[in-house]
Amino acid sequence: MSNARNLANLLGTGTQITTADIADEVFLSNKNIIKNGAMVVAQRATSVTGDTAGGSVKTVDRMNPEMNAAGTWTQSQSTDVPSGQGFVYSFKLDCTTADASLAANDYVAFGHRIEGLDLQRLNYGTSGAKSSILSFWVKTNKAGNYVVGVQNVITGSTTKNCSFLYTVSQANTWQKIEFPIPADTAAAFDNDANQTAIIYWWLAVGSNYNTGTLRTTWTNNVSADFAAGLNVNLADSTDNEWYITGIQWEEGDVATPFEHEDYATTLRKCKRYYELLEGSVYPTDYSSATLGNYFWTEEKRAVPTVTADTNSGGHGFNGVYKSGGYFYKSPANHNSVANIRGSSEL
Amino acid sequence: MIFTNAKYHKAPLDNPDNKNTAVVVEINGVESWVPMDEANTDYAEILRQVAAGTLTIADAD
Repeated sequence: MSNARNLANLLGTGTQITTADIADEVFLSNKNIIKNGAMVVAQRATSVTGDTAGGSVKTVDRMNPEMNAAGTWTQSQSTDVPSGQGFVYSFKLDCTTADASLAANDYVAFGHRIEGLDLQRLNYGTSGAKSSILSFWVKTNKAGNYVVGVQNVITGSTTKNCSFLYTVSQANTWQKIEFPIPADTAAAFDNDANQTAIIYWWLAVGSNYNTGTLRTTWTNNVSADFAAGLNVNLADSTDNEWYITGIQWEEGDVATPFEHEDYATTLRKCKRYYELLEGSVYPTDYSSATLGNYFWTEEKRAVPTVTADTNSGGHGFNGVYKSGGYFYKSPANHNSVANIRGSSEL
Repeated sequence: MIFTNAKYHKAPLDNPDNKNTAVVVEINGVESWVPMDEANTDYAEILRQVAAGTLTIADAD
């Protein structure tokens, strides 16, 4: 008897489950739209202090704290994880300078940005749009009501938002949250390599962001709606800290167990957005100049911004391709260039 | 991120029309070579700041 038949018998009531159903619902691999959801890759650093502005990836790859004038924060790749789930790292935000009285436009959020190419599977903007579910593990010392929301950044149109209120009822305890995301048959996700969806975990906001209505279905953006229902100010004390790991966004209405990947697969995915070519490159003579080539090990999302940790010869970088570029100096200089970094973040 | 000391750069090779190909700019104090590709979010931010009048880009050498 097939596994499908066994499962149907277990469920009873004559339920017919096909092999295709099982493939779709149980054994689907590469189901997670989120990259580095287990926080295992941190190419830049494992801890950064003094963050007041956010807006860029500084530690764990693909993870963007977003802030505006709401305290000072240390972010880090933490080893505090939910027990028995197979995780070894979480992302931690630790308040180091408090702001107990937020101005209207102040906020702290944890963000994850997704390119449109990775969202097409949801068929948004069609009658076949699929529902999906976002799940994650969270822990904080500050119990209360929190909000997580997804935004669809639509080129040439109004951004749409869909949010979910969840309660942290027990302080200092890991809990799994599941956010059912309804399908949107009206608006598609842009089909390109640019920032298309942003997930915000709202942690502290001024009145500009929580005095509206929580939008649990896709609705045109209104700032006051973003964090409606959030009754916590995580910035109000230097005792405050917030952890997250195991982020998974998948098709369907049921949150399945987190899909752990091998490290190399996750690292390769992250290198689409940021890569460090560790080591020195020595230029060679090219007419009266010097020239060196570099090639990224993973093609970038877009032609990346290039920096180098050491460039004492003053070479100029010409990264005109997603796959690499060259550095050049005229008149010649034979000093090496070390640790070339490419960033094509969303 | 803070963008300062921006200057155009012309790629010396594979640039037959001698066009500007990048902006050399300090991003949070780090010298960075930003391609003139609007899909690059650093370049998009440079364009935004130039339009807002908070950043100017010097001509290439």
